[in-house]
Amino acid sequence: MSEAAIETNGHLQGTDQGLAVAVHDLRKTYGEIEAVGGVSFEVNRGETFGFLGPNGAGKSTTIKMLCTLVRPTGGSATVAGYDVIRHRDDVRRNIGLVFQDSTVDGYLTGDRNLRFHAELYGVPRSQVNDRIRAVMEMVGLWDRKDSRVQTYSGGMMRRLEIARGLLHSPRVLFLDEPTVGLDPQTRSSIWEYIEDLKQSEDITIFLTTHYMDEAEHCDRIAIIDNGKIVVVDTPEALKASVGKDRVQIRTDDDRAAIARLKDVFGVDAAIHDGAVTFSVAEGEQFVPRLFAELGLPIRSVNVSRPTLDDVFMSYTGKTIRDAEAANPLRAMVAAFRRR
Amino acid sequence: MSTLTDRERTALAPVRLPERSIAHDLRAVKVVWHRELIRFVQDRGRLITGLLQPILYLFVLGTGLSNVAGGSTNGVNFKTFIFPGVLALATMFTAIFAAGSIVWDREFGFLREMLVAPVSRGAIVVGKCLGGATVATIQGGVMLVFLGAVGIPYSPVLIVSLVLMLLVLSFTLTALGVVIAARMKNIQTFFAMTQIFLLPMFFLSGALYPLNGLPTWLHFLTRIDPMTYAVDPMRKIVFSHLNPPISVPGVTWGSWQVPIVLEVGIVLLMGLAMLFVGIAEFRRTE
Repeated sequence: MSEAAIETNGHLQGTDQGLAVAVHDLRKTYGEIEAVGGVSFEVNRGETFGFLGPNGAGKSTTIKMLCTLVRPTGGSATVAGYDVIRHRDDVRRNIGLVFQDSTVDGYLTGDRNLRFHAELYGVPRSQVNDRIRAVMEMVGLWDRKDSRVQTYSGGMMRRLEIARGLLHSPRVLFLDEPTVGLDPQTRSSIWEYIEDLKQSEDITIFLTTHYMDEAEHCDRIAIIDNGKIVVVDTPEALKASVGKDRVQIRTDDDRAAIARLKDVFGVDAAIHDGAVTFSVAEGEQFVPRLFAELGLPIRSVNVSRPTLDDVFMSYTGKTIRDAEAANPLRAMVAAFRRR
Repeated sequence: MSTLTDRERTALAPVRLPERSIAHDLRAVKVVWHRELIRFVQDRGRLITGLLQPILYLFVLGTGLSNVAGGSTNGVNFKTFIFPGVLALATMFTAIFAAGSIVWDREFGFLREMLVAPVSRGAIVVGKCLGGATVATIQGGVMLVFLGAVGIPYSPVLIVSLVLMLLVLSFTLTALGVVIAARMKNIQTFFAMTQIFLLPMFFLSGALYPLNGLPTWLHFLTRIDPMTYAVDPMRKIVFSHLNPPISVPGVTWGSWQVPIVLEVGIVLLMGLAMLFVGIAEFRRTE
């Protein structure tokens, strides 16, 4: 979609050809610090789009600009067809938000929190009760609706926030680190709700995460580092771009195996984690050849696909942990800005 | 995982939010106001502890000082004399506390829920101020049970006038609190800031002593304290309902008697000014 199209239509919301999010050279600086340094990307309607990067990479700032909470210092963005600077209210009507830190009122019951939201957003009165029931049931909190939120567990609070974010039928749901601070079991249950949601509603999901395994849930991922987008693609394509699978075999004579691998297949192998380790493209197809042609007994084989960790590493030259450790100032600023 | 039942699917019929309108803004004002009320009612401890300080002033300080102060209070009992001031005190802390909940909401994230809603910031601030005004008036109104104990008759006209005056005062105080709260990032700083305003405002308001015959510097300070113009009308109303009625000189500018209407107008105007400053503060985005 060109900018001219947005200009003339004013709102492309609901049209099939409309993009859910279109961002062009978006920037934000806080004094000297450039939190977001000119990012451009597009999110298709119905897509689950993930922003992957270390803390302080600019993920939250980008989300806040798209949600109209922070005014960009440069560039432009539309959400659900509306300009985030000029049509703030239209953007707000069409988005749902789940922030990484809680924004529910602990002193009110779950039900009251949702009613507050419905009134504030102007949900038609005739729909309020049905909607509240539907979203509460969806996240499995209907039987706890009359308990004060301060008695909820961390996972229940997050689910309540997701329910609230969906109450007014947003076209785009923003999830800023939706599972941070939750235990693994709760994390996976949150993902089940998100998967359900994609099935049941016509909704675009835009999320940020610094968990590699969670990025796998996305249709497409943008890797962001130091306020810039490094690459955007599907998880599969990203992993394929790294290329090779990793194969580990155990044999009785590792030294002979390494020599044979070099002679027969022209592959350089080395011993890692007590196993003969090497990389090949199409690891699974390689295994039958290996058994047929190696000429040595193999006790076990393990083929692993490249992970998103490998992807992050290959695009940024560091692991996501290194990136956070190397830039404590940005991470601190990010933590401060969250308040 | 679970697939949704048909019932859930139909119930999830999408919502279409209306364009922004006055009706929608009023709904937002109402829900923000309602939340203040719910919080106040839930927290009964707040109602009780809020009464403690005014009761101390009225009965302990009031009784203790009545021998000393007899000559200067137009011949009425000192407790009767300070009663309007004590009402103002009771509202003051509740109103500021209500405004402080903005800082609290910011610390706990709930403010963001309000700020990203497709509703005018004005509606949120107005709702907050009306909510604070309502709970503070309730708090001050509870003190009216002591009318009899300080020798003031339970006259309906008196009670209604006092409640209305308390409403105006608490609205103004909440709005002042909102302006202070607008930029505060933590609740401790907020309460430290309000201390700078509250006690001087209370002491300068003539709540505890008559405002006539003061040294020039103090005369001047009492006249620029907005609370003066809330305490004085309440005192005039109370005194006119005593048996026999007593007419008090009240606040003067130079030798000019400031009429009650102007006094109430000053308080209200100050409140509205604070309200607009507060709204402007919340319109700023990062």
